[in-house]
Amino acid sequence: MGVIAGAWQWLTTAANWAGEKGVTHRLAEHVRLSAVCLALACLIALPVALWLGHLGKGGALAVNLANIGRAVPTYAVLVLLTLSPLGRHGDWPTVLALVLFAVPPLLTNAYLGMREADRDVVEAARGMGMSGPQVLFRVEIPLAYPLIMTGLRSATVQVVATATLAALAGGGGLGRIITAGFGNYDTAQVVAGALLVAVLALAVEGALVLAERLLDPMRGGWRATRSAPARAEPIPAD
Amino acid sequence: MSGRAGGVNCLEANDWVCGEYLRTRSQELTDATVQHIGITAVSVALGLLLAFPLALVARRWRGAAGPVLGLTTVLYTIPSLAMFALLTPVFGVSAAVVVTGLVLYSLTILVRNLLAGLQAVPAGVREAARGMGYGPVRLLFGVELPLAIPALVAGLRIATVSTVAMTTVGSVVGYGGLGNLIASGMAGFFKAEVLTASVLCVLLALVADVLLMALQRLLTPWTRAGGRAGVRSRAVAWARGRARAVKAVG
Repeated sequence: MGVIAGAWQWLTTAANWAGEKGVTHRLAEHVRLSAVCLALACLIALPVALWLGHLGKGGALAVNLANIGRAVPTYAVLVLLTLSPLGRHGDWPTVLALVLFAVPPLLTNAYLGMREADRDVVEAARGMGMSGPQVLFRVEIPLAYPLIMTGLRSATVQVVATATLAALAGGGGLGRIITAGFGNYDTAQVVAGALLVAVLALAVEGALVLAERLLDPMRGGWRATRSAPARAEPIPAD
Repeated sequence: MSGRAGGVNCLEANDWVCGEYLRTRSQELTDATVQHIGITAVSVALGLLLAFPLALVARRWRGAAGPVLGLTTVLYTIPSLAMFALLTPVFGVSAAVVVTGLVLYSLTILVRNLLAGLQAVPAGVREAARGMGYGPVRLLFGVELPLAIPALVAGLRIATVSTVAMTTVGSVVGYGGLGNLIASGMAGFFKAEVLTASVLCVLLALVADVLLMALQRLLTPWTRAGGRAGVRSRAVAWARGRARAVKAVG
């Protein structure tokens, strides 16, 4: 219990929140980096995934990308980028690593969501005379929405975690509080930093779950009844 | 880059690829690799051991499925650095910190896939086995588990590959296998050390993946027979399972 009390004391000490190395600044760095990189990754991955899914091409690429993304250690990429010439340019190694690791889950899930959109419905939409873009925006994307959001959530978890690891490669963010704590053998600070990171990660995840429900283009109707069995069977939704 | 032929000079020039580094530090590299494999293997094995009863509980009592899956998902959301930091006061600075963290992460994937595999056993198959006089234990080990092997191995592959990658973060407490070399390479600005350790780490993940795939083929000879339709639907199910399980590696 001494550790928890110590961490609490660390967190409630005003001095630890102020200044360049304080919680407020580190938290702002963390959130800013995560948000910018997530937006960048979405801008890159979603158009590609939606377009490939619409055309029905590039499935192998979409699945393999996710597998490769999993096998490559985030920490290694962060350090490699920091030691590369890019490392002399401030936050760029972190930004690039964050985007690189956010793209695979976004792309793979959005692509599979598009491919899993009920073919009969898509055919019916075509038969009704909808054009390609109309089918894409009014039928396929709404049907792919749950998996697109799953991808977004995975990517966000990934980005928040990677932004934490950036501290190991000399970057900013909340991870710095943990690494500084390890450096000073200050267990209270280590635990306090870890708690901050965990709370941030869970809060972001919670916010996304909420946003997913509120933004669902087919809220409360069709999806709840018609596609429930299909979604319940392979891996339960969280 | 003077490369492998560069001899001692490549160490002085701090090249990314350096044969001299491989020669002079081969012991260090071997030790780190062995530690990496050990931590990964123990973590995934313990994860599997724990996932098994959890999946059975989640299947037996529907009310338990939500909390079990929810809790493992929450654990997955916590970044690895924070997880190791939180476990440090509990275990002290030791390999147990890293192993426990990695076990908790692998649980998310393993419980889900095991549960999905068990639930996907056709009811008719279960009925037939019961009709033949199979009791619950024999039904589980003789019929349901073998049929769940493809889903289980799919989960095992994802968990293993992620664990190999995440073990590197264990270097914060000094037990990161190849991650320790990445950390010391970072501290000393030693490019060859970082690149070599990173490449070895990716190779380890790929080798583990291939070995597990081979293991599945050995364990489920029946999946190799069967018509095209069967192969296709399995491939689709596999791709879906993978996509759903795409999760963070951090």
